[in-house]
Amino acid sequence: MSRVMKFAPVILKNLFSKPVTRQYPAVPIQYPEGDRGHIEIQIDRCISCGMCVRSCPTGTLSVDRMKGTWTINRFDCVQCGYCVLKCPVKCLSIVPGYQVPEREKTAQTYQKSPEVLKAEAEKRAKQAALAKEMAAKKAAALKAKKEAEAAAAAGKAAEAAPAPAEN
Amino acid sequence: MGKKSVIPFGPQHPVLPEPIHLDLVVEDERIVEAIPNIGFIHRGLEGLAPDRDFQKYLYVVERTCGICSFGHGLGYVESIEGIMNVEVPERAKYLRVVWAEMARMTSHLMWLGFTADAFGFESLFYEAWRIREKVLDLMEMTTGGRLIYSVLKVGGVLKDITPDMQKKILDDLNEIEKETREMTRTFLDDYSVKTRLVGVGVLTKQQAHDVGACGPMARASGIVCDMRMRGYEAYADLGFEPVVSQDGDSYARCEVRINEIFASIELVRRAFERMPKEGDLAVTVKGNPDGEYFARIEQPRGEAIFYSEGHGKPALDRFRLRTPTFANLQALCETLKGAEYADVPILILTIDPCISCTER
Repeated sequence: MSRVMKFAPVILKNLFSKPVTRQYPAVPIQYPEGDRGHIEIQIDRCISCGMCVRSCPTGTLSVDRMKGTWTINRFDCVQCGYCVLKCPVKCLSIVPGYQVPEREKTAQTYQKSPEVLKAEAEKRAKQAALAKEMAAKKAAALKAKKEAEAAAAAGKAAEAAPAPAEN
Repeated sequence: MGKKSVIPFGPQHPVLPEPIHLDLVVEDERIVEAIPNIGFIHRGLEGLAPDRDFQKYLYVVERTCGICSFGHGLGYVESIEGIMNVEVPERAKYLRVVWAEMARMTSHLMWLGFTADAFGFESLFYEAWRIREKVLDLMEMTTGGRLIYSVLKVGGVLKDITPDMQKKILDDLNEIEKETREMTRTFLDDYSVKTRLVGVGVLTKQQAHDVGACGPMARASGIVCDMRMRGYEAYADLGFEPVVSQDGDSYARCEVRINEIFASIELVRRAFERMPKEGDLAVTVKGNPDGEYFARIEQPRGEAIFYSEGHGKPALDRFRLRTPTFANLQALCETLKGAEYADVPILILTIDPCISCTER
């Protein structure tokens, strides 16, 4: 049995209740914990391994190891959070708060602090020196081994050769 | 007999949420034939599969459409798990069901709003969307996203629903159920709404079978077909029963979707009751997919089929997605035949068209 004015009680209730909408931006929005808003980085903890760059489905990230930078084009980021999952040192995190609109798509670059960069450069130099030293040692060992082999071969050849005639 | 003429409908039309073009062959005020034309928002998402590794491609599949996002992700991970013989932890299965059913609620509430808009009942439209907003808030609280959830991974899920969240969801669902019941009385009992829905666009059981309709469209015509009956994820343990109606008109389709909202609420409650209290959320998946698999799942709009094929490389060789709207477009053309021109908007909406999915 169909009736008219079935919606009237809902309308009356809505008329005498508070609005469900919020007076944004006067009343700021409360994001729930764990909301996927945007990616943030603690740049000084980043080891510039590039796992985030390889994991990004849209290819919006880039890393420069020598300069110590991490770059994101926020308008290409889809907030999937895969880079956060893949980051081995967990310096990436996805936090509430959406990307604000802008006129142009601009990339945002994060730069490591000079102290961290200096420490990294020193570490790299130390590692390079160590590698050089190891390479030199290895080369010397190889050379010594080759010489020993050559000497042994020469000795063997001398033994195998017929003794010269006495007269 | 009047003169036949062709009236183009769409792709830009106030009633259409997404672009689809129909050439309506009209005789006087009656439709003789409808010729659909799709392809306005084709993005070639299937073509992106060979460029990305299969884990990364999940985030592309999820973005096929904003409303069926969870369903797409679920079908894709099911297909990959099928190839790799991955056994998903029990708790993850229940969590997937909870999110899938909440996504179904948002989709059906959205559809109710659009339908109210199509027959010119604006305040009912906003009422439906107001309730939908509450479900979206619950989704945002549990997954971190309002429409694109990104909580799935091959082998399980990424996030957990804590006991506090479960309590909040159950409390809110009681409220949502009460408000939805109040609102849907207007859809099902109101005289003016009934004049726009009852007997409009009848699709008989035989016609629905012949054109291969799926989802609520087929169930409203009396066909018992719901992929959840297959018992994938945790549906087998939840005692799922499909919602079916017999009349095949727009009113029956509305009724099926409304009853599905309540069925989804019940499924979420049961899932929370029977979910293991503790357990892993995901298993580690090693290696690359080698083989092929068809996954069939029930999305809000009907049955979606996911085909994945891999040959031991990180990226899939082929991915194919058959969406429910693609199947239901044939049913739409069938219902449009003989319909009044003024009923075209409501008939297009009763299939719950999702053109983004259809054109991928």
